[in-house]
Amino acid sequence: MCTYTTETAAMDGSAKGPGGAWFHVTDATVYYDHPVHAMADHTLNIDLGDPSKGPGQRVALELTATSARELVAAIEAALSSVPEGLLT
Amino acid sequence: MSDTLSARTITISGDGGDEVEAYLARPEGEHDAPSRGGVVVIHHLPGYDRATKEMVRRFAELGYDAICPNLYSREAPGAAPDDAAAMVRAQGGVPDDRLVGDVAGAAAYLRGLDTSNGKVGVIGHCSGGRQAVLCACRTDVDAAVDCYGAFVTGNPPADSPMKTNLIAQLPDIHAPLLGLFGNDDQYPSPEQVDELEEILKGQGSPYEFHRYDDAGHAFFATDRPSYRVPAANDGWERIATFFGTHLG
Repeated sequence: MCTYTTETAAMDGSAKGPGGAWFHVTDATVYYDHPVHAMADHTLNIDLGDPSKGPGQRVALELTATSARELVAAIEAALSSVPEGLLT
Repeated sequence: MSDTLSARTITISGDGGDEVEAYLARPEGEHDAPSRGGVVVIHHLPGYDRATKEMVRRFAELGYDAICPNLYSREAPGAAPDDAAAMVRAQGGVPDDRLVGDVAGAAAYLRGLDTSNGKVGVIGHCSGGRQAVLCACRTDVDAAVDCYGAFVTGNPPADSPMKTNLIAQLPDIHAPLLGLFGNDDQYPSPEQVDELEEILKGQGSPYEFHRYDDAGHAFFATDRPSYRVPAANDGWERIATFFGTHLG
């Protein structure tokens, strides 16, 4: 089904997006729903973008639920391993 | 029947008189009869995409003037369908009232064609299935097809932007409803389909449901792993017969 539920978060960072160009990321949208490309009925979808630059200014991810959880764990592990004082 | 048709992008008047992009497909040649029905195709939440436009052309091949309004054309004009869907989702989605107005505008456009016999049906899949039922309650369509729409019955999750199902609106349904569902689907589940059937039966509303084994959600979607050939092929035959009965 289409789940409708969507989580959003403000971002401050960069991504390599349309045309291979880097851009400033201002927003993240996260939802579990039908993918466009991934071969699964549903995926955890993440859009990293800058809506002020138009709908196409985004990097899109479609991950299986297992992959999404592994990504979360990897991010947490990477952040946890940072020496004290470097996190900003 | 001829397979000659034309298809193009046009602009129609949608909810509130807004200009809305739409994809129109019309039979040509021997289909230029004095009168024929129309079909409004509601695209699914992932957008006004190639697969949906293929369905629009298929209805033209079946002998109908068919149209799909781009429900995201206000927020993301000219954007790729997936980008438009992502943007609209991030902004909270399409309100039901606006959807109803856009479908009503599309139906009015079809009825204004010189080939129209005045009859218009609506069809939607997934989110569009629920919206097709909604339009059968709130617009003057002559027939509606719900392909596995969730939350017609059954309660949306507490944190869903969709606050309620359509049960309170079902007494207003006035168009015959064809429902096509997969027995392996969870949303809508077979029990939720049972509930819808009981409501329609109880209030004397005309309906026709078909449920398919070895099929879950989105069994019509030829570009997704959920595609189930037997269910989809039978479903298309049911749709053709249903619209032939009610839009002819």
